[in-house]
Amino acid sequence: MTTSGGDKIIRMANQIATFMASRSGGGAEAAEGLAAHINDFWEPRMRRQLFELIDAEAAGFEPLVREAAPHIRRPAETA
Amino acid sequence: MKDFILPDDRDMGTPASRSKTMVTLEIDGFPVTVPEGTSIMRAAAEAGISVPKLCATDSVDAFGSCRLCLVEIEGRNGTPASCTTPVAPGLKVHTQTGKLKQLRRGVMELYISDHPLDCLTCAANGDCELQDMAGAVGLRDVRYEAVDTHFQPRDAAGGANPQWLPKDESNPYFTYDPSKCIVCSRCVRACEEIQGTFALTISGRGFDSRVHAGLADDSFLTSDCVSCGACVQACPTATLTEKSVIEIGTPERSVITTCAYCGVGCQFKAELRGDELVRMVPWKHGKANRGHSCVKGRFAWGYATHRDRILSPMIRDRIDEPWREVSWEEAMTFAADRMRAIQDRHGRQSIGVITSSRCTNEETYLVQKLARAVFRNNNTDTCARVCHSPTGYGLGQTYGTSAGTQDFDSVEQCDVAVVIGANPHSGHPVFASRLKKRLRQGAKLILIDPRRTEMHDGPHFRAAHHLALKPGTNVAVVSALAHVIVTEKLYDEAFIRSRCDWDEFQDYAEFIADPRHSPEAVEPLTGVPAGEMRAAARLYAGAGNGAIYYGLGVTEHSQGSTTVIGIANLAMLTGNIGRPGVGVNPLRGQNNVQGSCDMGSFPHELPGYRHVKNPEVRAIYERVWGVEIDPEPGLRIPNMLDAAVEGSFKGLYCQGEDILQSDPDTQHVAAALAAMDCVIVHDLFLNETANYAHVFFPGSSFLEKDGTFTNAERRINPVRRVMAPKQGLADWEVTQMFANTMLKAAGAPEWHYAHPSEIMDEIAATTPSFAGVSFDRLDRLGSIQWPCNDAAPEGTPMMHVEGFVRGRGRFIRTEYVATDERSGPRYPLLLTTGRILSQYNVGAQTRRTANVAWHAEDVLEIHPHDAETRGIRDGDWVRLASRSGETTLRAEITDKVSPGVVYTTFHHPETQANVITTDYSDWATNCPEYKVTAVQVAPSNGPSDWQKSYQEQADLARRILPAAE
Ligand code: SF4
Ligand code: SF4
Ligand code: SF4
Ligand code: FES
Repeated sequence: MTTSGGDKIIRMANQIATFMASRSGGGAEAAEGLAAHINDFWEPRMRRQLFELIDAEAAGFEPLVREAAPHIRRPAETA
Repeated sequence: MKDFILPDDRDMGTPASRSKTMVTLEIDGFPVTVPEGTSIMRAAAEAGISVPKLCATDSVDAFGSCRLCLVEIEGRNGTPASCTTPVAPGLKVHTQTGKLKQLRRGVMELYISDHPLDCLTCAANGDCELQDMAGAVGLRDVRYEAVDTHFQPRDAAGGANPQWLPKDESNPYFTYDPSKCIVCSRCVRACEEIQGTFALTISGRGFDSRVHAGLADDSFLTSDCVSCGACVQACPTATLTEKSVIEIGTPERSVITTCAYCGVGCQFKAELRGDELVRMVPWKHGKANRGHSCVKGRFAWGYATHRDRILSPMIRDRIDEPWREVSWEEAMTFAADRMRAIQDRHGRQSIGVITSSRCTNEETYLVQKLARAVFRNNNTDTCARVCHSPTGYGLGQTYGTSAGTQDFDSVEQCDVAVVIGANPHSGHPVFASRLKKRLRQGAKLILIDPRRTEMHDGPHFRAAHHLALKPGTNVAVVSALAHVIVTEKLYDEAFIRSRCDWDEFQDYAEFIADPRHSPEAVEPLTGVPAGEMRAAARLYAGAGNGAIYYGLGVTEHSQGSTTVIGIANLAMLTGNIGRPGVGVNPLRGQNNVQGSCDMGSFPHELPGYRHVKNPEVRAIYERVWGVEIDPEPGLRIPNMLDAAVEGSFKGLYCQGEDILQSDPDTQHVAAALAAMDCVIVHDLFLNETANYAHVFFPGSSFLEKDGTFTNAERRINPVRRVMAPKQGLADWEVTQMFANTMLKAAGAPEWHYAHPSEIMDEIAATTPSFAGVSFDRLDRLGSIQWPCNDAAPEGTPMMHVEGFVRGRGRFIRTEYVATDERSGPRYPLLLTTGRILSQYNVGAQTRRTANVAWHAEDVLEIHPHDAETRGIRDGDWVRLASRSGETTLRAEITDKVSPGVVYTTFHHPETQANVITTDYSDWATNCPEYKVTAVQVAPSNGPSDWQKSYQEQADLARRILPAAE
């Protein structure tokens, strides 16, 4: 069984959020760390999907992911 | 072939002494100065004098049994054996006197009288030390004819000779002919001292004594012998001989090259006659292997000439059509047109590459360059994604560089070895032999593994602690060890203060000291007794030299990167970094997985681990390549597959990887490949991925090309062309031809590499850690560990000596998070996977050699308790199912695995262990979670539906049309 695209994006973002939250001991750097990680490693298509989900207020995200969203680079419109 | 002077390969008789104290003596009137502890035999060899010998060889300790190497020493009585007599200051030694000559002839006469004199037809003719010595001592006649012999099947009266034993030909690669044995015990010592298997013994005494493998009724094949071949190499006669030498004859030339199997990176002398490979002999000057090897590198090279090898390029419009053999030009044009058409329709980002960890650095560099400079995107990834990408992330974050800290020689000085999630016995055999040697000398071992692997205990060693954790709880165990070290104040404060960030340490210490990380608190989830964890932590912290070696059992988890960080923390806490005998050592799987990472295979990094977002790094390549480089990270393999299923990724050039078999969740991979418009597979064989390919570029084996591989110690080892490529082109030439076909169509300037050394020159010119590397320097030094630059012109055996690469070592918190993959009522068992010695990864190579004698199929290991409750008997077919899929294989009932855990290997396509594994992955790198899958096991009577339909599809997809007239 394979998780559908959206669920996978949510799960991956949440996994990073969990690490960043524990790494900073709940500090403010967590959101920035999460955003930096996604900026460094997620291809624009994945970030686009992420924003589609965030913009559509999809359920299931850790609060930290939403908190980090303003720091995540929005991909340019065309590939 | 390039001129390359072989360094001195002479047999010096006994091993080198490590002493720093020098001793001067006189041999045959020549003054010689050697380290204390050197044998007289070796000292003579240093002076250029070869004392006759039979039972001594420089790979094993002297034994003193043949009495051929006698010498006279002024002022001493008798004629001591020079192999067992150490030098002393001022000795005056004579190696050739009338008395010695007499004695030696007598010895040889005895040997020869019990040796068959069929030299002319013997496989060792011309390569036999017994012959050489008969010549050396001037043996001219043998005065007595032996009545009792070992070599005559029948005695004088025609009755059966009980002393005669038939040849043992059970091993697929070498034979044992007892009639030629001189009982010098070199083989026995090699098996013990070098390999550490202790498979051979000398049974009986005096005239009756003989070499035997295993127990009385064992043959070589049924004994514990792992077919490393050390005994064959050590044998001075034809008694132990490679079957290839028996078939072909003795070799006449040799080329030094590097094994293409595992990350140990053993160097070999490929010995040839014409362009026919006769045998591979591990090279004594190879710095990773020091003259040793395993069965794969020494013997399993037959795949290179296997009839399954594809030698012609092939294309087809659709994957349900048979293949059509075409010319290189036609294949190139077909592939380039398709890739361009995809980009025109679906955008620049719709195609990508997968580089190979089996190909050379130069080839990998070109493939990532193909993505970046020709496709103009960063969609490049490599199979390291699915094995060691967390190492890159974890060590990069904590230490500032993504590689092992030591060389393999370092293990000789460790006091406590911690082996986590790795089974070097199977995965890195030559390293395992070196580690076991150290353990036999008294170093302690802590094994952290769900399974009781071959590293747990063996001849003359046993792990001091085995933490048999539940799969998926690595972080909890590693954190518990750190908890003990911090709360019991076992850490090395001076090291931490001088080398690490003290504030970060304090933050980490506060975090890890929390009782939730204590061994007692995590015992229920890890299944490891708290007392064992405490004892292990104390042992490691108090070790003197503590060295950590880890493998895929660490990385292939949803918390793989976190565990790597935890391991890095442990070494910093205890100050076990920056000197011989310590360190953090990822055991890299494939031969060039280190190199493929170094060469910029990852979608976010240019060569040398520099992020594509950095404009100054892009500028370097923009200048050399003359194109603009995309600053956005590209797709990783799992992301490529997801994008393919979604329809935005349509074309893939896959070199030397079989992602369909090696990547998790096979059905998802198959769906992704089937959704693409152009899959180009560049490989030796029609692998599983090729079933979904439209273009097949035949690949060349490591024997057919020049280049370099980089092993787990960061060692850049030369690979030299031994024979011409069977399909005409080395892999780097194929990539260049494909790039040029695309570039020409676009009217862009083409590539013009004439030799891999030019590619390495470009790498050196653009990558600071490779700045000093060139083929010339590699020829001169034999191998080079990066970084190699002006500061370290001969390379860097040990990293982080003065300070960490990133400056101060960084402690990072490691919170345990249970994987989402949990056993439950439907899938109550946890499956974990691994490998075995005789097979290599997907097995495409080793399955095409006689190595199948040891592992004909993958089996499922299951604990007797779990088997009984399911009514499963040893050898039964069982159905193995997870939420991803199901397959069938045979069960092996064993208590090597704990109750609740099952284990299998992944070497055979028929079993397809990855049908079972899921799409869960490491949080930081998307490295798949191979090592934990919740499964159910039930009796079964045959292949699953998936296996059947898979086989049908594969048979259909592998058809090849006869070439057009
Ligand atoms: S092949 Fe290796 S393991 Fe087997 S007997 Fe010889 S030395 Fe020992
Ligand atoms: S098999 Fe070879 S190495 Fe072993 S004892 Fe006999 S002659 Fe010596
Ligand atoms: S497979 Fe590994 S250990 Fe075996 S010979 Fe090759 S490099 Fe050495
Ligand atoms: S070589 Fe010294 S006793 Fe055999």
